[in-house]
Amino acid sequence: MSYHLNHLKELESESIFIMREVAAQFERPVLMFSGGKDSILMVHLARKAFYPANIPFPLLHVDTGHNFPETIEYRDKLVEETGARLIVGSVQEAIDSGAIVEEKGYNASRNYLQTHVLLEELEKGKFDAALGGARRDEEKARAKERFFSHRDEFGQWDPKNQRPELWNLFNGKKNYGEHFRVFPISNWTELDVWMYLAMEEVELPSLYFAHERPVFAREGTLLADCEYIHKRPEEAAAVETRMVRCRTIGDMTCTGVWESEAKTIEDIIKEVSIARKTERGGRTDDKRSETAMEDRKKQGYF
Amino acid sequence: MENYDNMELLRFTTAGSVDDGKSTLIGRLLYDSKSIFEDQYDAVRESSERRGEEGVNLALLTDGLKAEREQGITIDVAYRYFSTPKRKFIIADTPGHIQYTRNMVTGASTANVALILIDARRGVLEQTRRHAFIASLLQIPHLVVCINKMDLVDYSEETYEKIKQDFEEFSYKLNVNDVHFIPISALKGDNVVTKSENTPWYDGSTLLYYLENVHIGSDHNFIDCRFPVQYVVRPNSDDYHDYRGYAGRIAGGIFKKGDDVMLLPSGFTSKIKKIDTFDGEVDEAYPPMSVTLLLEDDLDLSRGDMIVRENNQPEVEQDLEIMVCWFSDRPLQPRGKYAVLHTTKEVRCIVKEIRYKLDINTLHRNEEDKTIGMNDIARVVIRTTKPLYYDAYRKNRITGSVIFVDEGTNETVGAGMII
Ligand SMILES: Nc1nc2c(ncn2[C@@H]2O[C@H](COP(=O)(O)OP(=O)(O)O)[C@@H](O)[C@H]2O)c(=O)[nH]1
Ligand SMILES: [Mg+2]
Repeated sequence: MSYHLNHLKELESESIFIMREVAAQFERPVLMFSGGKDSILMVHLARKAFYPANIPFPLLHVDTGHNFPETIEYRDKLVEETGARLIVGSVQEAIDSGAIVEEKGYNASRNYLQTHVLLEELEKGKFDAALGGARRDEEKARAKERFFSHRDEFGQWDPKNQRPELWNLFNGKKNYGEHFRVFPISNWTELDVWMYLAMEEVELPSLYFAHERPVFAREGTLLADCEYIHKRPEEAAAVETRMVRCRTIGDMTCTGVWESEAKTIEDIIKEVSIARKTERGGRTDDKRSETAMEDRKKQGYF
Repeated sequence: MENYDNMELLRFTTAGSVDDGKSTLIGRLLYDSKSIFEDQYDAVRESSERRGEEGVNLALLTDGLKAEREQGITIDVAYRYFSTPKRKFIIADTPGHIQYTRNMVTGASTANVALILIDARRGVLEQTRRHAFIASLLQIPHLVVCINKMDLVDYSEETYEKIKQDFEEFSYKLNVNDVHFIPISALKGDNVVTKSENTPWYDGSTLLYYLENVHIGSDHNFIDCRFPVQYVVRPNSDDYHDYRGYAGRIAGGIFKKGDDVMLLPSGFTSKIKKIDTFDGEVDEAYPPMSVTLLLEDDLDLSRGDMIVRENNQPEVEQDLEIMVCWFSDRPLQPRGKYAVLHTTKEVRCIVKEIRYKLDINTLHRNEEDKTIGMNDIARVVIRTTKPLYYDAYRKNRITGSVIFVDEGTNETVGAGMII
């Protein structure tokens, strides 16, 4: 018998360790749930970490009101299965109440408005640790993110003044009113996530698998046609049905879809392992400037 | 793809001084292993052009923060990922300047392998010695010295041998077990992924081959059983009414169902009733598994306690000798009080004595100037409010390490290795 874990089991063990640290070090943690595969993975890992007890913190979904309907369906089913408590923060309500103003025109997206609602919900629930499913391989500013990421009382990230993390010692100490963002799957890559979900036979939303959908192209990215996107006349004219799937799932207005024939998780793994574009390559929100992600993160985006 | 579930994880760190070719080497490993995506490459090419640089600057792939891109230097630890069919690699890319010693220490703390780059034209420098010392201080099990820019010295065997000798001359004094030397050109690719025809005199392996095959199976301690209790699982349901599980990650040794164990600090003994996981019971658990242990007896055990074997106990002490690397711009205070995090335990400590400050370039022990500022390494004596259950760092990196936290600012201000 050789005593070694394969790399997926080692990543799993690391993530479980982080989640248990959060439960032990914080009073009111919450798991940010977007409905994408990374947050599905997070919920799966959280179940493992505390088995046979229920997940000892609620899930928080910031609903932009522009979701793929499949996302909501999946979310509700998952909540029922795991017995987790769900909190929904609504961007629509924040707009209706005048707290935030909707972006207008071409490229308008509610993605940026999420930050406001997220911070409001964290404050309302007095949450002191928000668990997120961000990975370091996703984007260059995230490559520098810590597992335990300190936020000041405005929810801001100061990338130049991060706490060093050594060995498996995580410092979650903070002053009143401050909180932490914690990223248990920091060391996973997109391929790791898919391999693991396949190995664990985790059920996934249908959006991840190839299906027919009306789409149109914008700046080299395919977007799903929907009422929430302001289309130019030439874009409206170019809408056509194609075989596509999502590689990430977010707000419909900024989540690109990819042409794909991948119908099973094994197909997806094959596709991802030879993919030549990053999954966020389809996110128009990252393309606004070279440091779009870093700038948003500093303000409290997750 | 079939052997993906047989892949191992290897963490390595890179050290080198400015312009030794660190970023170029990482860029090449990522590029040649097809881990750079088209859109990442395009983005880097575009920003290289915008900055008026000639060629594609692969360093931009690793230097992610705005300040770093503006100043063209690496100021933080960046993590990079790539994999081959055999292994998944996590690179902690750390800056090499002396003022970033703390970042190097951070990156080194979890590494299996350290890559040290040397510019073949310049040979072993002061910083090379420093990097090797940090690798030995942090007990990175394997060291690879990459003698880079061989293309600029006509792939000369003589130059390579001279550098190798120079390195060995001082490294034998360090506590490093396993050192390898590879002549490479990060820019041209010689001996990085494919064996070079320019170095027929070199009969060793390429860098990637080494990284894929170096034996890391014994990097963990499988002898001394240590289980720091992290979290107590007590389900609030009728089905599991009497369930009391001790969740944690194995820090050392192999725990088996039925083993006699001893609990610290109480000294009570019991037996392992069950090793539980979400996927079912397992018969044995070893590092770095996260599991939940159930005991035969109903004993009081909480976070920060430790489960061990009666015939193999850790040290239990309140007075500790520590090599500390200081992170804060506010110097280490003699008689100062700090919070100390050790395994899953938290205590407070007072700094009783600063024995010496180490000049990490010459290894000279300075017993006169004992001001321990940012990036300094020193040997200190502390006394903790409660005993720690520890092993010497060289025996176990998990039970032998601590961090110091400033109680006023909550910042992590130092990292310590228990001697
Ligand atoms: N000729 C040659 N130049 C190299 C080699 N490796 C790196 N360089 C060059 O050395 C310079 C510094 O490299 P860089 O990777 O930025 O060094 P870093 O500061 O250690 O990250 C760049 O101009 C590289 O193109 C090599 O093997 N041969
Ligand atoms: Mg560099």
